[in-house]
Amino acid sequence: MTTSAIATPSVAKPRKQLLTPARIGVYAFLLFTSAFFLLPLYVMLVTSLKSSDEVRAAVLFAWPASPQFGNWVEAWSTACISLACDGIRGGFWNSVRLVIPATILSVFLGALNGYALSFWRSKWGDVLFAILMLGAFVPFQIMIYPLVAWFRLGGFYNTYWAILLVHCIFGMPVLTLLFRNYFVSVPQELFKAARIDGGGFWRIFLQLMLPMATPMIIVATILQITGIWNDYLFGLIFAGKDNYPMTVQLNNLVNTTFGERRYHIDMAATILTSLVPLLVYFFSGRWFVRGIAAGAVKG
Amino acid sequence: MARNAKPNRINLALHAALLPLVITTLLAYIGSVLWTIRISFSTSKLLPKDDWAGLAQFERLFETDRWIVSLQNMGILAIVYIGGVMVIGCLLAVFIDQQVKGESWFRTIFLYPFAMSFVVTGLIWQWLFNPTLGLQNAMHSMGWTSFTLDWTVRPETSIYAVGLAMVWQGCGTTMAIMLAALRGVDDEQWKAARLDGVSKPRYYWNIVLPQLGPALATAFVLLAVALVRTFDIVAVMTSGGPGSSSEVPAKFIIDHLFGRNNIGLASAASVVMLITVFTVLTPLLYWRSKVQSRLSAGH
Repeated sequence: MTTSAIATPSVAKPRKQLLTPARIGVYAFLLFTSAFFLLPLYVMLVTSLKSSDEVRAAVLFAWPASPQFGNWVEAWSTACISLACDGIRGGFWNSVRLVIPATILSVFLGALNGYALSFWRSKWGDVLFAILMLGAFVPFQIMIYPLVAWFRLGGFYNTYWAILLVHCIFGMPVLTLLFRNYFVSVPQELFKAARIDGGGFWRIFLQLMLPMATPMIIVATILQITGIWNDYLFGLIFAGKDNYPMTVQLNNLVNTTFGERRYHIDMAATILTSLVPLLVYFFSGRWFVRGIAAGAVKG
Repeated sequence: MARNAKPNRINLALHAALLPLVITTLLAYIGSVLWTIRISFSTSKLLPKDDWAGLAQFERLFETDRWIVSLQNMGILAIVYIGGVMVIGCLLAVFIDQQVKGESWFRTIFLYPFAMSFVVTGLIWQWLFNPTLGLQNAMHSMGWTSFTLDWTVRPETSIYAVGLAMVWQGCGTTMAIMLAALRGVDDEQWKAARLDGVSKPRYYWNIVLPQLGPALATAFVLLAVALVRTFDIVAVMTSGGPGSSSEVPAKFIIDHLFGRNNIGLASAASVVMLITVFTVLTPLLYWRSKVQSRLSAGH
């Protein structure tokens, strides 16, 4: 696509653009940078399809003679993570089991907070909101020990519920802000009309405001799915061995292997782990970028 | 009485709805931060203690070589990562803004690394930096024998390898933020500037850049927050090594909380991080909110 683009830069442009040295420079820079950005993805892909002999031959960029899709199967179902040889699929299902409820719950809470804070203004609500916004900047590390201690006290440290709760806690600042900003832009008259019609707190929320906020729900969902899927730190600390998400399993697979390292299997497992967020990214397009903008407001 | 019943029920619903927010803010955010601050003034080791040790933990902290190295590395990353991403991200945005063909392709390519986990990023770059089978060897076999890329195995350079991987991962978001800001700049200015004989680079540097202040601040704050949270990529890519040459504060804290059972020292370290974050960010956020309210007042 790019070579032809250089050859005919003036088609479909409002004003004719000549192929000046400056234009060539623009494309050269963009193509060179693109190569830098794509190189790691390419290397990961070809390595994951090589046989172990080809990996040892150390021709990093070479396309494998015969692509070994068996590597992916092995990484998925039989590769060894320390002593257990069940591949990375357990981590995959742990992540799925976590991401879906954690996303739904945290997005729902964010929407509820945003709705309550924007339409039902109360003084202490604003104070709480201000504190929560500061919380978005607090380094996680300062909160971790107390949370661990309290979860232990409650008897659910290192369980599924601990990691679910942690994602709700740490997702709350951004999601609340996201929905609050959205609901603030909704005309107050609409809300007042619903009140006059006898709508109560929950009915206005569930039947009027929540459906209206669908674009924000999509943005928030994408944000949370990729965020929770890609998390490593919280999974490592709070989930416990039985619930380790895929990222933690991946690191264990790669970095705690005994004996010779099998790079082609490592890279196959790495691809499998990045597949879900990459698919979300490629299919959600602009929604994903809106999520960044939303996060940027927080930041 | 009947008229009073309804507002009461609404109030009850409102309070019930805000309960998760209240608990999260008061306990998880305020409570945990206060408790960690309290612990940092005690002699706690494996378990929290109620005694008073004054600033002893902080004194010990700054006598610990690993902590000093962590802080230095954060300084290096601040320059390499924040500096690198800001420069490259802005350049990419400006170049993409030149009405290039295939714009959405370039945007997709520059942003996709952001969709991947830091664990995945760390593992890919660990593989690329592999001294015997990675990029270095590939260059040697292609005839460039003086090429050296053994950063991860040398203590002086390991943190720069981490920095490079982080730059690769982070450029896309800054590009997206800056591109959105560039699209908001009035085109008429360029037409006027061109009539005055202003060159394009000078136009961007002298006329456009000063208008992008809030977007630059946003990008910077996002990067600064990410920098402080840097843990996953170091843990995965180098485990803080060789030796402790690529340690970062977040990892220092987690290691002392869980591996070394020294919660007093870890708490002191996280308090130092908290203070650092708010000293850097408070003036910036204050400035940005002032600029933004001035802009929205002007409209």
